[in-house]
Amino acid sequence: MNPNYYVVLAAILFAIGIVGFLVRKNALVLFMSVELMLNACNLLLVSFSRVYGNLDGQVASFFVMVVAAAEVVVGLSIIVMIYRVRHSANVDNENLLRY
Amino acid sequence: MTLLEGLTPVAPTGLFPLAWLMIAIPLVSAGLLLVLGKVTNSFGHYVATLAPIASFVVAVALFADLLGRPDAQRAVSVPLYTWIKTGSWTINVGLLIDPLSILFALLVTGVGSLIHVYSIGYMAHDPGRRRFFAYLNLFIAAMLVLVLADNYAVLFVGWEGVGLASYLLISFWQHKPTAATAGKKAFVVNRVGDLGLTMAIFTMLAMFGSSSFVDVNAGASKLSPFWVTLLGLLLLVGACGKSAQVPLQSWLLDAMEGPTPVSALIHAATMVTAGVYLVVRSHAIYAETSIAALAVAIVGTVTLLAGAWIGTSKDDIKKVLAGSTMSQIGYMMLAAGIGPVAYPFAIFHLLTHGFFKANMFLGAGSVMHGMNDDVNMRHYGGLSKVMKITYYTFLMGYLAIIGTPFFSGFYSKDSIIEAAWEKQPVLGALALIAAGVTAFYMTRLMFMTFWSSKRWQDGVHPHESPAVMWVPLVLLAIPSVVAGMVMNAWIAGWLAPAVNGEVPLNPSWLPHITVVGMVTLAVVVAGVGIAYLVFGRTSIPESVPYTRNVFTIIGRHDLYGDAFNEAVFMKPGEALTRGVVALDTGVIDGAVRGSGALTVGLGGGLRKLQNGYVRTYGLTMIIGVIVVGIALVIGRLV
Repeated sequence: MNPNYYVVLAAILFAIGIVGFLVRKNALVLFMSVELMLNACNLLLVSFSRVYGNLDGQVASFFVMVVAAAEVVVGLSIIVMIYRVRHSANVDNENLLRY
Repeated sequence: MTLLEGLTPVAPTGLFPLAWLMIAIPLVSAGLLLVLGKVTNSFGHYVATLAPIASFVVAVALFADLLGRPDAQRAVSVPLYTWIKTGSWTINVGLLIDPLSILFALLVTGVGSLIHVYSIGYMAHDPGRRRFFAYLNLFIAAMLVLVLADNYAVLFVGWEGVGLASYLLISFWQHKPTAATAGKKAFVVNRVGDLGLTMAIFTMLAMFGSSSFVDVNAGASKLSPFWVTLLGLLLLVGACGKSAQVPLQSWLLDAMEGPTPVSALIHAATMVTAGVYLVVRSHAIYAETSIAALAVAIVGTVTLLAGAWIGTSKDDIKKVLAGSTMSQIGYMMLAAGIGPVAYPFAIFHLLTHGFFKANMFLGAGSVMHGMNDDVNMRHYGGLSKVMKITYYTFLMGYLAIIGTPFFSGFYSKDSIIEAAWEKQPVLGALALIAAGVTAFYMTRLMFMTFWSSKRWQDGVHPHESPAVMWVPLVLLAIPSVVAGMVMNAWIAGWLAPAVNGEVPLNPSWLPHITVVGMVTLAVVVAGVGIAYLVFGRTSIPESVPYTRNVFTIIGRHDLYGDAFNEAVFMKPGEALTRGVVALDTGVIDGAVRGSGALTVGLGGGLRKLQNGYVRTYGLTMIIGVIVVGIALVIGRLV
């Protein structure tokens, strides 16, 4: 099969993820951007798995999903805690760890 | 004249295996007095006085044994134990008792015992009396190690031991800053000499593989001229330091800050003659190198003139005697530098000088005792009437040192002048002149102290010292008079085998009258006469008179020896240390501090990157990924 469309789509998704991560302030939106980038990668892995006819890419994409799920569990709980304390999920306010 | 080969030591028999007791007794006594502390305050000085007497008894017994032996049997080697055994070197501790070392042992323990007795009286009221006696014992032990050792390494142990004892005793009254400084000065100047001696010992170990006298004597003739000359000069540096010879003379005058018995024992009779012993002991080396031997003779001559010069200008009685000591040791060094013919005379003069100079120093101590510890001769005068015993014993020493016929100094000093005249006429002439100067300054001392009118300060009531002080004076005055007569006929023959000396043909106790001897006598009489004209007929001013006489001014400043050392060694040394300190703070500390400051600065700049905005970190990562990606793509293309 021709993977061109899939690659272009993955690139677009990844770019959207990057731009979203860089320009948005809400922590939840940042999270969604990160998920978007991860899924762009997953799409590539699965596409090339199909191209080469073996399962390595698909196995890798499962790993990515598992790690993403674990990350979301920890990350979301932190965001919820911060929101409870500060009534805001604006990442620009969480700047205590700086020089 | 017969030239004998050096003695080969024989195994110890009879009393000789116990010879180490001579060293052990005073050492143990010193240790007890220092370790037991206040417990021994009441009786410690008696124990300390008995110790050198016991050593003296042992020395006399050994001496009697040696006297009864044939010439070839008179060197006894007493091996004790192995000290250092490493690689190809083995250094054994052993004693060598031969005609030379036994004379020294007798002098050190004999004069030392008398001075211990004297000190009982002199130091009676000093709070540090026990410490004083402990140090004196330490000195006796160290000096015996020095003279009885059978190799240079063990000799060096004694050499440093007497240096330590000298330092401790010069600065004995350490509450006086002058005494503390004088002790340090003696220590530092002696280090220069010690450097020479240690380098000589290293050279011996490298050249002969051994530092024992037997091996060095045997190997000296096989060395190349360069090495043997170097060895001779290094030993001379060592001798100069210990014997206060020019250019390392500056410490001896300051050493007079110590208690007077110390000046008598260490800085007149025994320790300062160690340099002469070293040179005579190394006769085999000097026999191979006329350059080094000439250097010894020249150093001796320069010193005997310098010491006499200083002696003429000082008002401090002890400093006059110290200058005189330098001068007399100069005579001994001159004799030692002349060669085999004069070795016995060097030791002869050393012994007679040990008697009459100890006698005069103790006499000076007795005078100071009566004058409330004043040392300025301008405050003395007329003491011959109130301190009769001190006066007459001192007079014996005076007659001996100026070389009055039939007194001890006459025999020994005239022999040296004659020998010098024969071998080195220029040095002989200088020694002859110095004999006249000696007569001059000693007569000046006698006039200022004993003969002229009273110039006593208020509240000073001179009185004769107690018997415990004048008995040693009398006992020292006797050999000052007779030692020359007794030993003149005997000593050259006795010492010749041990020092490779020459035996004179017709030994006799009568003075050997020659033309040079007559001239010497005339010069001495002239010296006494000039002193009488200058000091005997007019009253002596109580304060130091102003003078424009350049010679007197130079003499009063110790020939500017200190100024010389200051200008040549101290000032450049200080400049060097300042330079090194500047280098240290500027360059080395600068580098350390600079790298620290650089790290802090870099850190201060880099931490600005941590601005707390998540998107900045994200952007940084993305840029990094892009850079890596580009690098990979370029790598693929290339």
